[in-house]
Amino acid sequence: MMFLKAVATMFLGLSFILLVALTSNGLVAQQVDPVARGEYLVNTSGCHDCHTPWALGANGPEPDMSRALSGHPADLQVDAQPELSEAWVWAGNPTNTAYAGPWGVSFTANLTPDPETGVLRDMSEAQFVDTIRNGRHKGQGRPILPPMPWPAYRNMTDEDLGAIYAYLKQVPSIRNAVPEPLAPVQ
Amino acid sequence: MSAPFLAGSRRGGATLGAALALSAMLAALAEPVRPSFGEAVPPDLFATGLYADPATRSVDPAHLAFSPQYPLWTDGAAKRRWISLPPGTRINASDPDRWLFPAGTRFWKEFAFDGQPVETRYMEHLGEGRWVFAAYEWSADGQDAPLAPERGRAGAWPLQGGRAHAIPGRSDCRVCHGSGPAPVLGFSALQLSPDRDPAAPHAEPLPAGAVDLAALVERGLVEGVPAGLAPRIPAADPVERAALGYLHANCGHCHDDRGALADLGFDLAHGLDDATPAVRATAFGVTLKDPPAGLPEGVGLRIAPGAPEASALLHRAGSRDRLLQMPPLGTALVDEEALALLARWIANQPRAEDPAPHIEGDLR
Repeated sequence: MMFLKAVATMFLGLSFILLVALTSNGLVAQQVDPVARGEYLVNTSGCHDCHTPWALGANGPEPDMSRALSGHPADLQVDAQPELSEAWVWAGNPTNTAYAGPWGVSFTANLTPDPETGVLRDMSEAQFVDTIRNGRHKGQGRPILPPMPWPAYRNMTDEDLGAIYAYLKQVPSIRNAVPEPLAPVQ
Repeated sequence: MSAPFLAGSRRGGATLGAALALSAMLAALAEPVRPSFGEAVPPDLFATGLYADPATRSVDPAHLAFSPQYPLWTDGAAKRRWISLPPGTRINASDPDRWLFPAGTRFWKEFAFDGQPVETRYMEHLGEGRWVFAAYEWSADGQDAPLAPERGRAGAWPLQGGRAHAIPGRSDCRVCHGSGPAPVLGFSALQLSPDRDPAAPHAEPLPAGAVDLAALVERGLVEGVPAGLAPRIPAADPVERAALGYLHANCGHCHDDRGALADLGFDLAHGLDDATPAVRATAFGVTLKDPPAGLPEGVGLRIAPGAPEASALLHRAGSRDRLLQMPPLGTALVDEEALALLARWIANQPRAEDPAPHIEGDLR
């Protein structure tokens, strides 16, 4: 009898731990709320690494969250590609929002829902999913340039990509007109 | 002592059961859903059933050759095309611009340069609107045609000016075939019309034994098409007819008011019910909302009637800068013949005295 009681107590404890774990790590919220799921994915998939400009902080370069997800700062003008030695293929700028390589110069997009400058302003959820699936703007247009890792993100499920879209559509808007890419030097 | 314990264990069992049920439910919810591009495709061309005798490359006589009157430009590639319908089935053409194909329908398109087959593209209807796409790359000796890499093959055949034909990746197939109201392109009432446009750029004579719309109706392979139908784009003159046909075939699969980019309000597809070309309302004098990189300064309209040099459509069709070019994939060389045709057509349009300030997406 004592043994049965001990086993039952152990199961009770485990079930309590399981419930606490499921709720405290946000898994339940993610399952019922696409915005929560999208926030989790954006924060764990490295979106801020390139779409949020970096600034030099106490711990070295880190994303400046006051400009979260607003892309390459419009006032940070880049006119030409840097000259690289043969040992190097590409280069990034100090805000980690502009990248030069064989593709020219690419700038990270403003992912905030700003109605005039946000890249998603005229993009439906289906077009956003197709953009990541196909690696093309709006799913059909010009290619998404390196180093955007869409070949990895295209393996996400429709639900996860939709959740990211839902999250991005409700983050604070930041007005920032990201420049068009520069063509590669011939 | 036992009674309280039993009561407690029952309560504990209920809690445990609820927890396990909840965790099972969450596990089920968290089950990854495979992305839609994960369909299996035959490992080589010969496994798709194109040939009756793979050794002699003789195409199965049950397959039907066809040739659209307005071919897609692929850098001058010579093309051969076939369709296979499962026995006893027919195409539902009740929507004249969106034919529905029975499950099991297969299409093949062979691309050859300099007399050498380079690739054969394949699509198959699995049913319920699910299609698989694949490209098979021919070996240099023409003996093998294995499945091309999932991301395609750059540099598959050298072209002029240091450029090269690229075999598309599987996501590239979906860019064009998944963007309009129908995944099948080039096999429609307009494209198979017996009233073929003699001025169409790169028009091909109908291959011997190939089917057109009349032959499909006669054989009972398509339903919903009245006998004698021979669609023709209504146009002011032969130049306009050919220009609109070219835009329909090369641009209209994405720029269609029923497709994924409908919100652009830029319609270059010709619907059989269109009394007037949709391009007039959606492009003539319409301001670009987001001018792409590389567009010359001062070019601000999709089409400036009477002014080819001020028309963005012409600049984009005449570019192979990957940020500017149109179509954005599937071609590495400008179609100079078509560009001249489009320039002539735009130049023929009367200049607007006082162009209305249309905004992209505004169809008023």
